[in-house]
Amino acid sequence: MDNYGGSLLDNGAGAAHCLGMPHDDPDHPHELLPPDPALRVKALETILTKKGLVDPAALDEIIDIYENKIGPRNGAHVVAKAWNDPAFMAALLEDATPVVADLGYYGRQGEHMVAVENTDAVHNMVVCTLCSCYPWPLLGIPPTWYKSDAYRARAVREPRAVLADFDVTLPDETAVRVWDSTAEVRYLVIPQRPDGTEGLSVDELMALVTRDSMIGTGLARTP
Amino acid sequence: MTRVHDMGGRFGDGPVTPEPEGEVFHEDWHKRALAITLAAAAHGKWNIDISRHARERLAPKDYARFSYYEKWMAGLADLLVDTGLVSRAELAGAAPDVSSDTSRTLRAEGVAPMLAAGGPADRPSDVPQQFQPGDAVVTRRISANRLVDGGHTRLPVYAAGACGCVLRVHGTHILPDSSAHRLGEAAEPLYAVVFPASELWAQPEHPKDEIVLDLWQSYLVPA
Repeated sequence: MDNYGGSLLDNGAGAAHCLGMPHDDPDHPHELLPPDPALRVKALETILTKKGLVDPAALDEIIDIYENKIGPRNGAHVVAKAWNDPAFMAALLEDATPVVADLGYYGRQGEHMVAVENTDAVHNMVVCTLCSCYPWPLLGIPPTWYKSDAYRARAVREPRAVLADFDVTLPDETAVRVWDSTAEVRYLVIPQRPDGTEGLSVDELMALVTRDSMIGTGLARTP
Repeated sequence: MTRVHDMGGRFGDGPVTPEPEGEVFHEDWHKRALAITLAAAAHGKWNIDISRHARERLAPKDYARFSYYEKWMAGLADLLVDTGLVSRAELAGAAPDVSSDTSRTLRAEGVAPMLAAGGPADRPSDVPQQFQPGDAVVTRRISANRLVDGGHTRLPVYAAGACGCVLRVHGTHILPDSSAHRLGEAAEPLYAVVFPASELWAQPEHPKDEIVLDLWQSYLVPA
């Protein structure tokens, strides 16, 4: 999630852990902080603020953006628009990044977007087994379950059992395709459009598009 | 061999617990942890691969017992000391010195532009593209960083030594195995590779199911 520093990246004196040396190194400075998580965060914020390295007003702004501005309604907008506009859907499936950028949904953790469409033949589902990669500009901050060991461990091996935890059962003729987000490419699932939604507007359709349906652990709501 | 974070396919983690869409953060300190992590990264002392590796090289016992944002805080604390932004004494409670360089400290007005700019991971590369969609490929038999023993890699153990088929070409992207250790961006072709579930699991849930991973060219050989 952090930006690549590119050529601006300081090569960091003393970054012994990061350099080419054996990595069974037990040195963990984080153990110097208080063990209680809330106190840990408070201590870090206080140290960084006093050093002038973090501005609390910037922290408030980051939180406000992810609590109130960037979230799964962005993705729902994209899906509803795709349902209602075949040319938009085709462009989205061809190369999603510029298409969602045109709607204002480019940014951190959504630099390389791929949209995958659910059909009767295939149901797509997204996971990050190695960490918690997720398309932030379209879906916001991932839910706790997406970041949980249980989801990360099980989604690739038994996606249908995981879907059952979400009360979703797929027909036997539908294949499940699980996308493990191992690089900087982020995946958006386009859920199947529910029956009986012909003639609905983009705004009306958006209300049917849940966060989970865009991860692939849910289906779109029926009206 | 990779590390404790590489949990795809593991047994024993229990059910996945869904949660409602509206709850972005569950504790006040979670918000602050996320915001501090993003703000600290603005100093350009590390990239996303370095920060991922900082979490992955937590002691396995800590990785397993820490909640999500506790892992972030521990990884951040270790990075702050590694890169010299914060001293051990300061982490341990000594009065913090004002930093000598606060020129890149993120301010409130800089937050939205920073998030909107993102950090794309595609780069030009001289490495010729070896595979096309439809080509059969095999992943390295051993999932491990070839540059640094015990270092960062994005080939999960569960997909090592497996035969799949190239589905998409994502262009040329920074190689995390190099970038995480400050050894250069080393961009090379990145592919989405699809594997039948039966290639990865002893007891696949369904004969039609598939798993897709994003894999760098150097993780692959022709089948």
